Amino acid sequence: MDSEKHVISLLVDNRTGVLSRVVGLFGRRGFNIDSLTVSATDHPEVSRITILVHGDAAILRQIILQTDRLEETREVFALESADSLFRELLLLKVEADASNRGELREIGSIYKAKIIDLSPGSMVFELTGEPEKIDAFLKMMEGYKVLEMCRTGITALERGGLHPHTSPI
Amino acid sequence: MTLTGAQIFTRVLMEQGVDTLFGYPGGSVLNLYDELYKCQNKIRHVLTAHEQGACHAADGYARATGRTGVVLATSGPGATNLVTGIATAYMDSVPLVAFTGNVGTSYIGKDSFQEVFITGITMPITKHNFIVRHVEELADTMRAAFRIAQTGRKGPVLVDIPKDVTAARTEYTPAAPEPIPSRDRFTHADLEAAAALINGAKKPILYCGGGVAASGAGPLVKELMAKAGIPATYTMMAAGVLDYGDELNLGMLGMHGSFTTNKAVDEADLILAVGTRFSDRVAMNAKTFAHNARKVQIDIDASEINKNVTVDCSVVGDVSSALKELLPLIQPAQHPEWIEQIHRWQKVDYKPVDHDDRLMPHQVIGACCEMAGPEAVYVTDVGQHQMWAAQYVKHVKNRGFISSGGLGTMGFGYGAAIGAQMALGPSARVIMMTGDASFHMNLNEACTAVSNQLPIITIIFNNQVLGMVRQWQTAFYENRYSSTDPHRHTNFVKLAEGFGLKGYHCENLAQFKDAFAQALTSKGPVWIECMIDRDEKVLPMIPSGGSLEDMMMS
Repeated sequence: MDSEKHVISLLVDNRTGVLSRVVGLFGRRGFNIDSLTVSATDHPEVSRITILVHGDAAILRQIILQTDRLEETREVFALESADSLFRELLLLKVEADASNRGELREIGSIYKAKIIDLSPGSMVFELTGEPEKIDAFLKMMEGYKVLEMCRTGITALERGGLHPHTSPI
Repeated sequence: MTLTGAQIFTRVLMEQGVDTLFGYPGGSVLNLYDELYKCQNKIRHVLTAHEQGACHAADGYARATGRTGVVLATSGPGATNLVTGIATAYMDSVPLVAFTGNVGTSYIGKDSFQEVFITGITMPITKHNFIVRHVEELADTMRAAFRIAQTGRKGPVLVDIPKDVTAARTEYTPAAPEPIPSRDRFTHADLEAAAALINGAKKPILYCGGGVAASGAGPLVKELMAKAGIPATYTMMAAGVLDYGDELNLGMLGMHGSFTTNKAVDEADLILAVGTRFSDRVAMNAKTFAHNARKVQIDIDASEINKNVTVDCSVVGDVSSALKELLPLIQPAQHPEWIEQIHRWQKVDYKPVDHDDRLMPHQVIGACCEMAGPEAVYVTDVGQHQMWAAQYVKHVKNRGFISSGGLGTMGFGYGAAIGAQMALGPSARVIMMTGDASFHMNLNEACTAVSNQLPIITIIFNNQVLGMVRQWQTAFYENRYSSTDPHRHTNFVKLAEGFGLKGYHCENLAQFKDAFAQALTSKGPVWIECMIDRDEKVLPMIPSGGSLEDMMMS
């Protein structure tokens, strides 16, 4: 079975406990979460949970239908990469001194990463972009000593106006 | 009008038409019990021996009637004792609302006495659960709980109420119960696709599950069977929805279903699955199950479509409303060759052998059905006796076979029988079938049956071992009977007397018939212990994960 990455967007009631219901469901059904972000929406009573998962089409369908059963789920749908905007934020702290500061800055500028902190022995980059771009930047940084790193996980929206979503069965 | 939380609690129960609830009092629900005391002429509270029994009773009440069962327990251990009962109801999609007290809101999260995070514990075994933190939310939360329990695929909902919320006051405005929203999602095109497959089939089989019983769709299923000439089989959860006299009713399928039903499913060119989920006790091997057949699935829960077995066509909606719209699209048909083939399989199917000198489960059940009549309601525990009951009880009516299917909860029976008898009234005939091992788990509820003078007849199939586990040890573990022979010396007749009820001990069929005839005249509960051989097996049997060719007939 081909295991592909899928991004699921979940609009839920903004109530205490809703995140544990969603995460509990994934744990119980054996669905793997690669990343998960929770964010506010334009509506104060609604939160958006964006989940990156991997699995075949049947697993994706089960994830959506099972999540849809939760009482607090308002809408759940998969985001197709061609029609969607995916963004992730990276903070990366690398060891840097006078000898390599210049080359690090050069790599950063190619990826349009900002340097947001500098100390005599370290440097912190901030980079926003599609996950693949962040992966590529991190690959370039493999030759340097990474001290600490934090990725937010995917946040996503569809391109264009509002879309109707149909059930996946 | 300003009322306390506890007063609102009883008012909303009355709004929802609750006439009976099962429970056990304790510290954090004292205010609620004080209000129940004041309105006991309107709401009957049934005190059980243990909260688990109360939860199974609320479940049995719901299964016997279709109405929502209600259970009330205190915080901490009271709440955790409900867990098995809630999980049992969840697995079998039984509408249930469980209320738990909790410590006061200022004590929550501080490991206070009898505090437990019951909403966290029950999250995976409820459709939804709530903690009510403000008295202003209590009435609407309770109303939502009743609505959710009955909407779409039914199931349990838990409402946790901290003690201070039951004492606080707020404005109360009565409200009529909300109408239950429809969850039908099917389109006419879905029905046409299903009808085309049914109309084109040469060897169709209809396979009914618990959804047929829950939806009260038995008559519609029978109409479809007659019109399209489709023979039908059913899961244990649908026992009683088909007529036993109907030659198109082939009986139960699955692990302990007949050779005929499993063979027919294996050979069929169309499976019409109605209100069922292809569980692993039916589609034991999801890859080989009905491998020659196109499959149509009708179910109210969209997540059940393609979950266990991939289908060719699906109709998502209430079984009754889907069948009503499907029936006009079905062409009248007969399948005489197919039926004849099925009859040939029936001739070589497993038949239990009668004995005069010792008690045989099928003979006990046969005599019991004959003497109790077609209106009896059967409740079981879990194990060999449960499968014998599912195989040999032939007088079942809709909602007349109450058993823990999905969770397989030993100890379910007595509580459920109490709930069923309470729901149906003292003139109903409720028969509980159990094994000595299942019965030992929750026989404490005999005191509840005595207190309430419930004429439940309990038949204990006593083989002195943990029969079903032992059967597996015989079949798959070379007779290594690890912890299945407990060497108990329980005297069920004396134990019955100790509880204040009548017990009988039987070793042959004549003794059983005598005891049962006397039991039928009793006003209170009765136990009849039936001694059976410890090597008696449930047959036929397909091992878990197996296929038809793995079926054991001896």
